[in-house]
Amino acid sequence: MKKITIALLILCMAPFGVLAGESGMPLDRAPIDTTDNASLKRGAENFVNYCLTCHGASYMRYNRHRDIGYTNEEILSKLVFTGQKVGDLMQSAMRKKEGEEWFGVVPPDLSVIARARGADWLYTYLRAFYRDDATHTGWNNLVFDRVAMPHVLYQLQGEQRLVVKTSDKGEQKSLTLEKAGQLSATEYDKFVGDLVNYLVYLGEPHANARKQLGIEVMIFLLGMLVLSYALKKEYWKDIH
Amino acid sequence: MSNIFNSMLAWVDKRFPLSSNWKAHLSEYYAPKNFNFWYFFGSLALLVLVNQLLTGIFLTMNYKPDASQAFASVEYIMRDVDYGWLIRYMHSTGASMFFVVVYLHMFRGMMYGSYRKPRELLWLIGMVIFFVLMSLAFTGYILPWGQMSYWGAQVIVSMFGAIPSIGETLQQWLLGDFTLSDAALNRFFAYHVVTLPLVLLVLVFVHILALHETGSNNPDGIEIKENKNPETGIPVDGIPFHPYYSVKDIVGVVVFLIVFCGIIFFAPEMGGYFLEYNNFIPANTLQTPDHIAPVWYFTPYYSMLRAVTVNFLGIDAKLWGVILMAGSVVVFCFLPWLDRSPVKSIRYKGPYFKIALTLFVISFFVLGWLGTKSPTPLYTLLAQIFTVIYFAFFILMPWYSKIDKTKPEPKRLKE
Repeated sequence: MKKITIALLILCMAPFGVLAGESGMPLDRAPIDTTDNASLKRGAENFVNYCLTCHGASYMRYNRHRDIGYTNEEILSKLVFTGQKVGDLMQSAMRKKEGEEWFGVVPPDLSVIARARGADWLYTYLRAFYRDDATHTGWNNLVFDRVAMPHVLYQLQGEQRLVVKTSDKGEQKSLTLEKAGQLSATEYDKFVGDLVNYLVYLGEPHANARKQLGIEVMIFLLGMLVLSYALKKEYWKDIH
Repeated sequence: MSNIFNSMLAWVDKRFPLSSNWKAHLSEYYAPKNFNFWYFFGSLALLVLVNQLLTGIFLTMNYKPDASQAFASVEYIMRDVDYGWLIRYMHSTGASMFFVVVYLHMFRGMMYGSYRKPRELLWLIGMVIFFVLMSLAFTGYILPWGQMSYWGAQVIVSMFGAIPSIGETLQQWLLGDFTLSDAALNRFFAYHVVTLPLVLLVLVFVHILALHETGSNNPDGIEIKENKNPETGIPVDGIPFHPYYSVKDIVGVVVFLIVFCGIIFFAPEMGGYFLEYNNFIPANTLQTPDHIAPVWYFTPYYSMLRAVTVNFLGIDAKLWGVILMAGSVVVFCFLPWLDRSPVKSIRYKGPYFKIALTLFVISFFVLGWLGTKSPTPLYTLLAQIFTVIYFAFFILMPWYSKIDKTKPEPKRLKE
């Protein structure tokens, strides 16, 4: 029994890999709640306004958003701009070739980006742009060095500057707001929080349904456990 | 009613050996009465096999084995196919759980000496099943055509290229192209859904046939057939598989399903171990990921592949890696002949075997953990040390199992 316990303990420990950006920057915790439809709707509307121009979400259909409380009419008026149908996939407005010419790389599709990068990474990344004249775009990012994407949200956040402090612990990088944007720091964090919350939803639209069904399945299985154990006991009476 | 049933059964029995097979394999197949926790994993492996076959059929209905459409078709299944997400998670979780179950099943065999005479063939058939299972996992992992699918496959395929003289030709023959591309995806799909499942089914059937010929081993490692009731010819310590073990296995199945469904519904990615984060990025043939790691069940072998860093004995380091990796799996086949202990079960074996097995398990886990990490000089050194321990378990076995201080086996089962 001891060995089983040890084996299980080791197995359980396995999933706790350390999550950090490639640059080793500590990541901020994203405020994720995919049951908060109001937040998801704000995120969705900001997503189609700010992201969908260059990035696609081309595995997702517009009408899937009925799951978060929209009607088809609302979807058409609030999310669809380019004359597409409500059942169409959320394609980017930009052609791949243009993206490559303008940015050097095709902007990645964002359908499952939250599953690849993780919510905390995205939340930190979207708040970690700073002015850097040494790059093509004039922008750089603390968690993604020399990222090809410019700071699309700078009008909202304002412009940040990199501050490097050297101490005996080594270099410490931080950002400070140099030019204020339309939103206050708290408002901008909330804006990005909603956006990342939506990206998490976008990564797996059925996640809530999955957990809901999971609870029902578990209740059923626990009932089955009682019954099957009683059955086994009854049959094994004559063995022991 | 029972009369009608009986006459129908008689009708069938005249034409097909239904009752006799039912008796031979279930109601009058006598299994030792002392099976413990470790004896659930054979039937659980069968359960997972059925799960993989059934969910696989439904996935095939919507999956597209085409390099430009594969990734999108998986997301189509996840979003637009009714309960597609459930079927996909059942299949992806099933793949990992297949290895959990099979590893525990093999470990059971190692603890209780189930590979020993007269079950050598049973063990060998099981090993072939394990090879096929690994091939199935490998070909299946390519299908979503994500970054890890692509670059993981690239690593495995390049191993064939390391084989002297025929390597390159073999590699091209496997891929159907000079690089990993659409052609390879198509043929791996064919292997994954037709060839390998067929082979696996036949082998599992043969595995059970061989098991029912010798009868099951048990935690005491003694043969119940040597102690039969002289009147009935039934082993005194045997009980009919059905109903005793069929009802017991149902409890095991329910407990397993609680774990299985817990993962499917609440942690399908299992922290990046069952579904790797990088595999949510579509395959990009021009961008190698910083860190290529196979799925967890291959990581111990992957560590051994990377462990050799110098050429020696005139053999290239890369080829040594391939030899070690292949050897680490094939070496299990020799267990029946490496073990010279007079007793089968760990219960009666001496301290040497217990220490050796413990070290082996530790090295398996450490190598597995190392396989998920990027190599550093320290990690590579650790991988080398534990690779030596891993192989020492097998190579030194004829020696330590013979001089070990064993306890006498009982005449009858203890429980």
